[in-house]
Amino acid sequence: MEIVLYAVGALLLLAVLFGAILGFASIHFKVEGNPIVDQINEILPQTQCGQCGYPGCRPYAEAIANGDAINKCPPGGQATVNALADLLDMEPQTLDAGADEVPVTRIAYIREAECIGCTKCLQACPVDAILGAAKQMHTVLADECTGCDLCVDPCPVECIEMRPVAVTARTWSWPLPSSDALIATDRRGQML
Amino acid sequence: MNAQTNLIASSERKIWPLTGGVHPEENKHQSTTRPIGSVPLPETLVLPLSQHAGTPAEPVVAVGDKVLKGQLIARASGVISAPLHAPSSGVISAIEPRPIPHPSGFSEPCIVLSTDGAEQWCELTTIDDYRQLPPEELVAKVRAAGISGMGGAGFPTAIKLSSGLSIRTLIINGTECEPYITADDMLMREQAQTIIAGAEILQYMLGADECLIGIEDNKPEAIMAMRTALSQSASADKMEIVVFPTIYPSGGEKQLIQILTGQEVPSGKLPADLGIVMQNVGTAVAVKEAVVDGKPLISRITTLTGAALQTPGNVAVLIGTPAHHLLQHAGLQDSQLGTLVFGGPMMGFSVERLDIPVTKTANCIIAATRSEFPEAPDPQACIRCGHCAQACPASLLPQQLYWHAKAENYEQLLHHNLFDCIECGACAFVCPSAIPLVQYYRASKGVIRTLEAKQVKSERSKARYESRLARMAQESAEKEAKRQANAERAARLKAAKANEQPGVVEEDPIQAAIARAKARKAATAGQPARVELSAKQKELRFSSLSPGHRLKRLRRRSAQHRLLAMTPRLHG
Ligand code: SF4
Ligand code: SF4
Ligand code: SF4
Ligand code: SF4
Repeated sequence: MEIVLYAVGALLLLAVLFGAILGFASIHFKVEGNPIVDQINEILPQTQCGQCGYPGCRPYAEAIANGDAINKCPPGGQATVNALADLLDMEPQTLDAGADEVPVTRIAYIREAECIGCTKCLQACPVDAILGAAKQMHTVLADECTGCDLCVDPCPVECIEMRPVAVTARTWSWPLPSSDALIATDRRGQML
Repeated sequence: MNAQTNLIASSERKIWPLTGGVHPEENKHQSTTRPIGSVPLPETLVLPLSQHAGTPAEPVVAVGDKVLKGQLIARASGVISAPLHAPSSGVISAIEPRPIPHPSGFSEPCIVLSTDGAEQWCELTTIDDYRQLPPEELVAKVRAAGISGMGGAGFPTAIKLSSGLSIRTLIINGTECEPYITADDMLMREQAQTIIAGAEILQYMLGADECLIGIEDNKPEAIMAMRTALSQSASADKMEIVVFPTIYPSGGEKQLIQILTGQEVPSGKLPADLGIVMQNVGTAVAVKEAVVDGKPLISRITTLTGAALQTPGNVAVLIGTPAHHLLQHAGLQDSQLGTLVFGGPMMGFSVERLDIPVTKTANCIIAATRSEFPEAPDPQACIRCGHCAQACPASLLPQQLYWHAKAENYEQLLHHNLFDCIECGACAFVCPSAIPLVQYYRASKGVIRTLEAKQVKSERSKARYESRLARMAQESAEKEAKRQANAERAARLKAAKANEQPGVVEEDPIQAAIARAKARKAATAGQPARVELSAKQKELRFSSLSPGHRLKRLRRRSAQHRLLAMTPRLHG
């Protein structure tokens, strides 16, 4: 009989001890913010264009964490949808209609001669990629522009256009082979 | 053959075997029958701004400028970059995109020089005894001379020479393992003394104890010439010529290090981490000319070969000489030409135009006939024979890489060390199914690089977006504070007015000022100290402006914020 009491006593003691440890941990090692939102936000392309219906990538990340669909981000393309599905352990969905499978990279270009210096585009740009001041010509920092499109509409003189980023010898890469080809001799064409 | 065995026997040093490797047909004899020749000066030289790995050079001349031979025409921009010099005297006739030697077939910015035939040199500063100068100054000379690796990749040489790590071994690469190419072979035969002199300078710059000169045993004449030159030089005891059996690709940087020292450069590390620096024999010559003679890199030895040429051989060419000028000189038979390849048959690439210029890295041009480089047979399915894995000098698993590349599984590709692949083509060479393996790897590497660049950019966009949000929050807090201050002031005025005698409109200015200051203090109390202060100061000046000015100031202020927000980026 006594042994049962000992056992119950020992278990009770353990329960109290672990309870205390867990209680302590829950206060002192509390995770700030929502880690899943951060992880989702890491995957989103950070174009900050709002095409998903939210005012930026982070708000959309929060919405996904609260159960919104994962296929609303056109700039990310199918790759982002797949990555999100992978992260959230969901079935990959196809991208919402109307978007390219592989998004084309574009950046904004201001036709500087036409710019009246109204600063409207500057206020619209979510990543401060436009440089300018009132009544001064504005210009786009090509390296920072995410191609979100948001500066195009606000411009009263329509001097902003989205231009596809040209491929140069530096950014070019070999295509996956179609059928033929060896090493040096894989691109055969007509000599000029 | 006898001489060859003797040569090998006479090198006592232990040699390690290469992992994998293949023995393709050498085809080197065609271009070694004649001494290094020269070509007449071409009328125009086309100089791509990007002939090296890294950022392109920046032109410092304008169209119409007259330049002298050896004059700087484009300066290095950024850390990993190399300047460009005029290979001959003449007039800059254009700065525009021209076709460059690149597998994409793209046109990129080039400086076009119309030569005047005078070959008039600019002033050169020669040095009698380079040992009087500290190594850093010599490295600066190498950098200023625009020297980038002449064996293939074109990495700026000065960077390899100033890694800051302590270097024990300098390896001079005279391997030239790729079929057809004989430029280094002929260079060693004819300019062995200059190579030794260049190696001495490099050894002095690096402070390396030993210098190994690695040469494959299929170049007996070159080995002889180098041995003779070394025995006559002062540093015979600090340098060693190491001869080893011919195998492709023994000339790869990591591969040659393995053969000569038995050490493996770990994945993701540089030879310098092991205390080793490797330079090509051509680079050694360029270094000697830059340091001692003060000459920038404006010419190189290029092999012209292939069955479509009547007189294949090696020529000393000015950088920028168009390929057709060289090929005509070597007796190109247009009707025979099937493929024009820049580089060797294993690692080079075919080009589709004849007007492409020779660059600092162009060691070989092959004008092949159709029967010489026939169409590749159609690839068959991989039969998992494993030949490719046996041939791979980097100990990779080419067939696994192939499957993952086909499936676009980039994580697995990285897991299988795709970036250790040197694109030597040994795997594709042995593949019985004729699968273009290397092209799969190149394509996948390209995609992974693009994805990584995107990731970096998206990180930056996120940071900029968040800093903008923070700034806007601060701005609106300031605005709110101001609004409150104004409201309180208005309320006070109203109250004061109600208390005053009717007819007396003037309020006590001192009282009003105190009230305003109090109100502002109260309103901004919640703000952090720094913000409070600046907001107050601005407010003081702000309220004394006319409405029009205020609007302008407001706008300017937001522009300033923007600039401020950008500053870390601009400096970083
Ligand atoms: S649609 Fe635009 S704002 Fe929305 S997540 Fe995608 S990139 Fe971000
Ligand atoms: S410049 Fe225009 S397109 Fe580019 S990020 Fe800013 S708002 Fe978007
Ligand atoms: S190309 Fe790459 S995978 Fe193929 S053998 Fe060479 S190093 Fe190995
Ligand atoms: S050599 Fe070709 S067929 Fe054989 S395992 Fe490698 S890729 Fe497959």
